Formats: sequence, C-alpha cells, structure tokens
Amino acid sequence: MKLSRLWFVFPLALVALAFAAAGCGGSSKSDSSSSAGGELVFGTASDPVALDGALVSDGESLRPIDQMFEGLVTLKEGTTEVVPALATSWKADAAGTSWTFDLRENVKFHDGTEFNADAVCFNFDRWYNFKGPFQQQSATYYWQTVFGGFSDKKTPSLYKSCEATDDHTVVINLTKPSASFLGALALTNFTIASPEALQKYGADKGSVDEETGFKPTGSYATQHPTGTGPFKFVSWTRGDRLVMEKNDDYWGDKAKLDRLIFRPISDNAARLQALQSGEIEGYDLVEPQDVKTIEGDDSLQILDRPAFNVGYVTINQKVSPFDKIEVRQAVAAGLDREAVVKNFYGGRGEVAKAFMPPSLEGYAEDVQTYPYDPAKAKSLLQKAGVQMPLKVDFWYPTDISRPYMPDPKRNFEAFAASLNKSGFKVVPHSAPWSPDYLGRVDEGTAGHLNLIGWTGDFADPDNFIGVFFQSFSPQFGFRNPELFNLLDQGEAEPDEAKREDIYKQANRLIMDFLPAVPYAHSKPALGFRADVEGYEPSPTTNESFAPVSIGGGD
Amino acid sequence: MLRFVIRRLLLLVPILLGLSILVFAWIRALPGGPAEALLGERLTPESRAQIEEQYGLDDPVFVQYWRYVKTTVVDRDLGTSINTRRPVSEELKERFPATIELAVAAMLFAMVLGVPLGYVAAKRYGGPIDQASLVVSLLGVSMPIFFLAILLKYIFAIKLGLLPTVGRMSVLIDIEHPTNFYVLDAIIAGNPEALWDVIKHLILPAIALGSIPLAIVARITRAATLDVQNEDYVRTARAKGLPPRTVDVRHIFRNALLPIATIIGLQTGLLLSGAVLTETVFAWPGMGTWLVEAIDNRNYPVLQGGILFVSLVFVMVNLVVDLSYALINPRIRVS
Repeated sequence: MKLSRLWFVFPLALVALAFAAAGCGGSSKSDSSSSAGGELVFGTASDPVALDGALVSDGESLRPIDQMFEGLVTLKEGTTEVVPALATSWKADAAGTSWTFDLRENVKFHDGTEFNADAVCFNFDRWYNFKGPFQQQSATYYWQTVFGGFSDKKTPSLYKSCEATDDHTVVINLTKPSASFLGALALTNFTIASPEALQKYGADKGSVDEETGFKPTGSYATQHPTGTGPFKFVSWTRGDRLVMEKNDDYWGDKAKLDRLIFRPISDNAARLQALQSGEIEGYDLVEPQDVKTIEGDDSLQILDRPAFNVGYVTINQKVSPFDKIEVRQAVAAGLDREAVVKNFYGGRGEVAKAFMPPSLEGYAEDVQTYPYDPAKAKSLLQKAGVQMPLKVDFWYPTDISRPYMPDPKRNFEAFAASLNKSGFKVVPHSAPWSPDYLGRVDEGTAGHLNLIGWTGDFADPDNFIGVFFQSFSPQFGFRNPELFNLLDQGEAEPDEAKREDIYKQANRLIMDFLPAVPYAHSKPALGFRADVEGYEPSPTTNESFAPVSIGGGD
Repeated sequence: MLRFVIRRLLLLVPILLGLSILVFAWIRALPGGPAEALLGERLTPESRAQIEEQYGLDDPVFVQYWRYVKTTVVDRDLGTSINTRRPVSEELKERFPATIELAVAAMLFAMVLGVPLGYVAAKRYGGPIDQASLVVSLLGVSMPIFFLAILLKYIFAIKLGLLPTVGRMSVLIDIEHPTNFYVLDAIIAGNPEALWDVIKHLILPAIALGSIPLAIVARITRAATLDVQNEDYVRTARAKGLPPRTVDVRHIFRNALLPIATIIGLQTGLLLSGAVLTETVFAWPGMGTWLVEAIDNRNYPVLQGGILFVSLVFVMVNLVVDLSYALINPRIRVS
C-alpha cells in the first residue's frame, strides 16, 4: 500500500518540479534583444529549397537570398520602381538590344573577392549555359520566363552575350528589343554571386541518374552562398534555423541587426502562437482570420503588403454565344464582385478593375467598369438575341486556397447566385485543383466560365496582361490582332514613358474587349512584434531586413 | 529463441515487398504529380512532360517499380527528394531522431503517470482515485491533440511564458549536432543551458503526444491489475501470510506487467511512425511533418523511402515486444 501511494505522488512531483524549474529559467527570448543591433527571428512557412537564386523559384528560398545577394538593379522599397543596385546607371542603345551598365566600384563579395564586370558576365554565362536538369522549369523557371532558352538553342533565347568592356562597365546584348528585361533584372533570381565561390563549392556539380533525377553534390547552395548583400551566411540547419549575420564590409547602409534568423514553422496557428509568445518577431502571410487577433494585441502589429495578384473569371469565347461582346458584358454585370470581395477576403481584398495591380506602371484608372446590375445584364442578353435564361457551365477548383481566392467554392456560390438573378442559369462543375482543374483551364475545357488567377513574378505589366493576352490561348479562345500587337509593342518598347502609354492603352482595350472579368486583388498581411521597426512591405515580397531594427529592448 | 528471431526477420522480406508495391501503387494513384505540385498555375504541357521525363515518370509503372526496387536493394539508394534535391537517406537521418526523441519523451510521460495511475485505481477499485483516473483517461483519449496542444501552448507559453511553443531548441543557442538527438547533442557538447533548453522544448509536445498513450496505459494497467488481483495464487499468497508489499510486487504487479508491456510496445511503435498533428503544431521537424509535406508535394522518392522505413520500424518494434514477453514472463517460450 505504501509503495503504491508513493508511486502515485512521485511522478506528479517530478512534473511539478519541471514546471517550477522552467519558471526559474524564464523565457529564453526576453533578455536577448536589448543588445545594440540584436537578433531578429522571423518565422517562415518552410525551409528554403536551396540558397542559389539561379536555381530556385519558391518564396522561402528567395527570401533569404534577397538578404545576402544583390542584382544589377533592384526595386525601390515598397514599390515596383527600378532603382540602381550593383549597377549605378544604365542605358539601352537605339535598337533596344544592347544594354550598357556602369557598375558600382569598391564592392566586395562576402568571400573578399572583387565585384566587377567579369563577375557579372560569369553569372550571366553560367545561367545561359545551364544544361540537362538545370533546364527544368522547377529549377530555372525565371530564366526561362524572362530569357527563354539556353545556349543549346533548343528554344530561342532573348539573351545573346555579355561583354566586360572595362572593369566596371558591362554590356548585355539581347537577340531582340525587350523593355521588360530591365524590370526582370531586379528579380532575386538574377542576383550576382561570387564566381570564385560558385566554382570552389561546386554550385553546378552533381550527378544525374534516371531514377532519382539531379543530385547536387556541391555545397555552394547549402553551406556557402556568397553574394554582396547586407547580410552574410552563417549556418543552415534544416527544419531548425537559417542564420545570417550583418555584413560589416557592406558598401551601402549597413544592416541594423547583428543577426537575422529564419525559422521554419509550417503551421499557421503555430506561427501565430510563436509570435504571441515572442519566440519569433514576425512572420509572413498571416491568415485573414488571424489579422484581428494580432491587431487586438498591443504587443503586436500588422503590416500590409500591397496587392500583387489578380483573381478573375475566365470567359471562353470559343463557344457561342460568348464570342458576342454583349454576352460578355452581361456576364460582367451579372457578377456581384463587391459582395464576394467584401465577404470572403477578410478585409484583405479590393475589387479589381483591371488585370494588373494598381501599383504597376501602365495601370489605367479610366478603364471601362462593370458594376453589378442584374437588370442591365438581362437587357444586354436580350440585345444579343439569346434566349434567357442562358445556360452557362461554370467551373471552380476544390481543395485549394490561393491568395487571390482564399475559398474558391464560396466565390463560386456567390457568383452563381448573382448570375442566376441576371438572366443566366449556372451549371456548376468542379475538379481538384491539380492537375485536373489547372489542366482543364489551360486546355480551354473548363466550361464557359471558370475561376482562376495569377500572382505576379516580377514588377512589369508584361508579367500580368502579357502573360494572359499577348497571344492566342485555348483558355480564352479568342484572336484579337489589335490587342496582340499592342502587347508585343509594349514588351519591346525601351522608352519608359511611351511604354507606360502603350500599357494604359492595352488595359483600356482589354476592359472594353472583356476577355475575362477581373474581380479581386488581395493584400497579404505580415505580423510583427510591436517593437520591430523599419520593415517596408513590397508588392513583390522581396523585402530587405537591412533597415529593420528592434526598438527599445523587449 | 534465435530461430524465432531469424524466422521473424525472414518474414520481413515478403512484408516489405508487399508494402513497397502497395505504397508504390498508392502514391501514383493520388491525383496530380510532382509537376503539378512544383509549378501550380505555371504548369504547361511541355514543362510537365519535361519533369516527368526527368524523374522517369513517363515509363510504364512496372518499369518504374523495377527500377525503384533495383536502386533500393542493389545500390542501397533511397533516391533524391524532388523538392529539396537531397538524398532521402540524409533527410531520414535528420528526421527520425527528432521523432524518436519526441516518442520516447511522450512514452516516458505516459508510463510514468499512466502505470501508477492505473495501478492505484485498481487497488482502490471504485474509490475516488479510481473515478478520477477514469475521467482523466477519458479526457486523454477524447481530447483532440490539436486542441490540447494549442491550449497547452496558450497557458504555458503565451500566458505564463514558461515554455516555448515551437521547434526543438531555441534558435539563439548554437551547438553541434553529431547525433541529431538534441538531448544527446547537448550532453556531448557539455552545455547544460542547451540541455535544459532542449528539455523545455520537449515538455509540451511530449504531454500533447503522450496524452492518448497515457490514457490507454492507465486503463490497461487498471484492468490487468484487477484481473490478477482476484487470481487464486494471490489469495494463496496472502493466506500464507506474505507481507502485502511482497504480494503486490511479486504476485500482482509482475503478472500484470505482461499486457502493459504489450500496449507500451505497440504504442511506441505507433509514435515512432511520426506524430503528424503534434509535429505540425509544434513545428517539430520529425517523420510526420516530413511525410505529410511529401504527400502535398507528391514527392514520390520521400514517400516511398519514408513509408517503407516507418513500416520496417513498426515491424521491428513488434518483434521486440514479442521477445520482451519471454523476459517478463518465463512461462512464455518463444518458439
């Protein structure tokens, strides 16, 4: 009997003791941030894939690369305006195919080697000469999006050559004029790495075998990423932490933090609790329903990132009567876009007037708009001479949440209800997002109408309306030479003012022609501790932590 | 005994072979593939073909299976993760210790509390302690881990600031990880601060994960003890005047241990396969989160290697449980 009583008490005492002791230890974080620059821990959604900008396209790889690397140009904080970075100035020749960049002097890579024209050309030539598995879209998506093909010429490439005319001047030659080239150079993927480190740590070394694909064997992208940025690499333990420290030899304004640590926490609720407990100082992509919790806590703050996406309803013109403009206008008038954005975006959405976010150059305020008006929709259908109610096959995806449509099913239901009031009869269809739904949308077999959208890759109108409407695609099923030509012109025009005009014109034309109906831009939210200062959210998400500081201790 | 072990180990061959076919077929039956997961909206028919060719996914399934068996068995290579581009075996070496560490901590919690609780409940059959243990174990099994975890974190981390909510150790402490068992790593590093930090990070996840085994262990202990208590030999032992303590330990507890050991073994096996919910909520980089992410990404090599490995562990744990019967109860002969 005695024994049994003891047994019962002992473990309880042990647990109690553990908690008591934990109390004495105190929270591990509180005393750390009071030192001068301090450490900032940022919660990320996952580990990076690799720390080599040329070979990744996922946001959680680009985020740390942005802190350690710089490109020839960058975007002004919080905007999509191209400003100097490693190049101090640039100009294109009259034909728009040859771009001369003057490089910044006295810049050193983190390994102490010199940044110069040869280093720039080394990087461009490395990208252009990628072979085999490096040509996969999952590796070099951005090179292929911006430049097309590689040196093996299987597909044409925009890139022709790179010449170092002197130590600090570099000329990049293109095969045809492109104006979106400059904006694209601000991409994290085209940041300049130390040629010596790339070679020494085998950035491109690896073996390919049939079964397992490419197996990198070098340690560059995991242990030795070497750029010129305000932070430099310290260590990376997967699933645990990625540590960077201040680069004391940085050429520009030095980082305010001593150390910057990225910690992967995949679960949204867990990230929020880690922020509340002070284990992390901030995290990205706060869920809409958590915004209020953070706003209601004095020790926390919410930062808004400008919208850089668009959700839209595809109209497939291949099938009659959707080739008639009146019918498309009736669709637009029959979609209650205000209600959808107000109800299902947790206060993070705005109604889209066009197919690109307002922050981009070339955005036109004065496009044709289509307010919700069931009566007008009906009269338009009448004018088009179709029998009402007009049956429409309307598709939506299941099992997916995208920034531009957090809950597709609810968007669909609301749209279906408003269309049914406007002279249409919606026949619902759905499919799992991937691959069925995406495949159908792509091939143009997802009904007359479907829900889809896009998040921009880089700050250029060509990356929005150029992607959608520059050439024939089965998704929309129309050929509009006027629009195609205009977008071709826009892509090639080197003069910025002229270019902006062309895209404004294109936006007006698109909203008159109505190949689809844009309805939402969503603003992602970031959560931070209240004492974090200097973080400037940017639409393209490549924010720098260099100006960030933790004010006034804990 | 040795023959028994050898026979059981030989049985592994057909088990693993069958499993590998099932897993192989199952993950290819999932809608979508690595290409869709990698590219999303950016998917084009060409890029899909390119990725499928790269990973040999355009070959007939049986050709793929044969190649997989060959590389696994002959080259002893589990392949390369499609998403991280690292060898699956290397990731396994990082992930499995995290899962073991958490499972051991959770089972310790469950045993240290559950066995005494169940034993005392049985000894005080029908009394208030028995009633209380019933309620506790009912709560343990029925409360969703997810909810329990969030509640624990809210109380002990956010409100009281005593314990951390995520990860295996504070990111502000730096030690080497020769074994990837962080408790061991901290001891090897001779860093008491790190050790204490690692233990603090283990407490909440271990409680959350251990709550269900705790309830089960307590119930089984109670039932087993009640059973044995009424056996003739216990009455005889008492009748011949043995001290109550001797009867408790030698006659009752020892005989009740058999089902307890079984349940503890089986539960450990379960926990070793990775605790998806607990690992997710506590950002614990173990097998559970690894495999779930692999499902989301249709990361075939990780799924194939990971699931096969987990099955192997499960079978081995069962073997150990069977063997431990013989040690606990000499009346059982393994043959």
